[in-house]
Amino acid sequence: MLLALLVLLALPQFLGSYLLTVFIFIFFYAYLGQAWNLLGGYGGQISLGHAAFVGIGAYTSTYLAMTYQLSPWIGMLIGGAAAACLGAVIGYLGFRFGLRGFYFILLTVAFGEICRLVVSHVDALGGALGLFITFSGDPWQFQFSDNRYYYYVALGLMLISMGIAALIERSRMGAYLAAIREDEDASEALGVNAFGTKLAAIVLSAFLTGVGGTFYANYLFSLQPNTAFGIPLSVEIILRPIVGGSGTLMGPVLGSFILSPLAEVSRTYFARGGLSGVHLIVYGSLLIAVVLFFPRGAYPYLRGVFRRLPRRGAPPPFRHLPPGVARAKPAPERPRDP
Amino acid sequence: MSLLEVRALSKRFGGLQAVSDLSLSMAEGEVLGLIGPNGAGKTTAFSLFSGFLAPDSGEIEFRGRSLVGLRPHQICHLGLTRTFQIVRPFPHLSVLENVRVGAFARTASSQTAAARARQVLHEVGLEAKADVPAGELTLAERKRLELARALATEPVLLLLDEVMAGLSAAETERIVELIRGINARGVSLLLIEHVMRAVMNLSHRIAVLNYGQLIAEGTPAQVANDPRVIEAYLGEEYAGTAPG
Repeated sequence: MLLALLVLLALPQFLGSYLLTVFIFIFFYAYLGQAWNLLGGYGGQISLGHAAFVGIGAYTSTYLAMTYQLSPWIGMLIGGAAAACLGAVIGYLGFRFGLRGFYFILLTVAFGEICRLVVSHVDALGGALGLFITFSGDPWQFQFSDNRYYYYVALGLMLISMGIAALIERSRMGAYLAAIREDEDASEALGVNAFGTKLAAIVLSAFLTGVGGTFYANYLFSLQPNTAFGIPLSVEIILRPIVGGSGTLMGPVLGSFILSPLAEVSRTYFARGGLSGVHLIVYGSLLIAVVLFFPRGAYPYLRGVFRRLPRRGAPPPFRHLPPGVARAKPAPERPRDP
Repeated sequence: MSLLEVRALSKRFGGLQAVSDLSLSMAEGEVLGLIGPNGAGKTTAFSLFSGFLAPDSGEIEFRGRSLVGLRPHQICHLGLTRTFQIVRPFPHLSVLENVRVGAFARTASSQTAAARARQVLHEVGLEAKADVPAGELTLAERKRLELARALATEPVLLLLDEVMAGLSAAETERIVELIRGINARGVSLLLIEHVMRAVMNLSHRIAVLNYGQLIAEGTPAQVANDPRVIEAYLGEEYAGTAPG
């Protein structure tokens, strides 16, 4: 773990600007994926509207910077707070009225689309054309002439999100979110305040995602409602944890290390061959493969493989029985601890 | 002051009067068996007591406090915990993690909750399965897990909904002993049970429901010989042949 961190810290010294960009996207999407994971992965409340939080965070800090010259470093937190407010509204409506599964997903999609349409029609926010940030190279304005600084900011965001997820995973809130994901009624019978826990999770998730919006705006230098609030961005956010393993600490990170380079490579490779758009087909095929073969994601699968490795030599129990029967039998009881 | 005081409780689902004008009272430390034919309204009564359903009318008081309008998690924190007839383990969480969720009702510390969960698992004899995903347990083990999770919330009154259904005679015997031990520690119990020998053995008093109404109440011996109870279970023609 520490070794991996040291490698990532040293890496920019050896990377070209293109690879640096790839890594920045890996970290950034891992960050957004981890923020989504807090609600969708650990708590099982699937949001397909997380782009709305990115958009709100991005527009808030950019608007404040352009109009009041407020540093995006401060605007970042204000944008996060604005996104958290929207999260609270969505959470209150969705969870108070008991929307579960598909109905909650639809609610988040609807809110994302409402935000996109509203911003498209507000002239102060640039309407459908969006906002363009002029480059000044001023670090206080979240602008760096050297890409390596973006690399470290993105890495920092990812590490912060992992720290928060690790803390939650070990806390009562993490246990409660998992219980709600597994069986909400049973969790309530055991004293879990499902409404309050889910609301806290969506507010935190929205806050972190909104903070990410500032990075999004200042790395891309432009904001359009269709991209910053659009469903495609929401899908990008949710794919990382799902591919990597939702509800796990490493899932969103691993998912981002798999998907972001793949998207990048297939995009450049196929576009060069005059086949622009084919990368989406490749991407889609990969997703289908993941859902079919690793329904719980790559990380839980790999973890299972590594756990089984040392015992490879031992014969499997119940070899003479068909697999279904073997599984239905209870495992032989291990000796109890004294 | 009685532990649980139910007055004129009613609940209707469309055309079905599931619970009708039910009044019950439980004393501290008591084991009350709630029996009756299928569809008599026993599980509905449990759901009303534990806050999963809101009554149409009537009052439920627990340790002098009205439970009507409270959410299930609030009722659990007051000391009333239910189990489910169809066991509902968190299948992808380990047995220990399942029980820890219950233990978190009394502490915010993960260490304390885990220690409490281990203690409860030891009590119900599941400690060897602590790290197994709950979805891989046998039915008998799941029933004990359901009990363990509820116990971990440190209830004053435990509502057990058919924890013996589907178990073998030997397994039933073990769970009867377990329940007796829980009661001996001062936890009051309200049991829904179809295994008559067990419920007659365990209960201090028995209440009989039929078509949502309380038709008899008394000691196990009184209830077993009540013609109205025999009629409800076996039909009218056997009611006269009950032994003295």
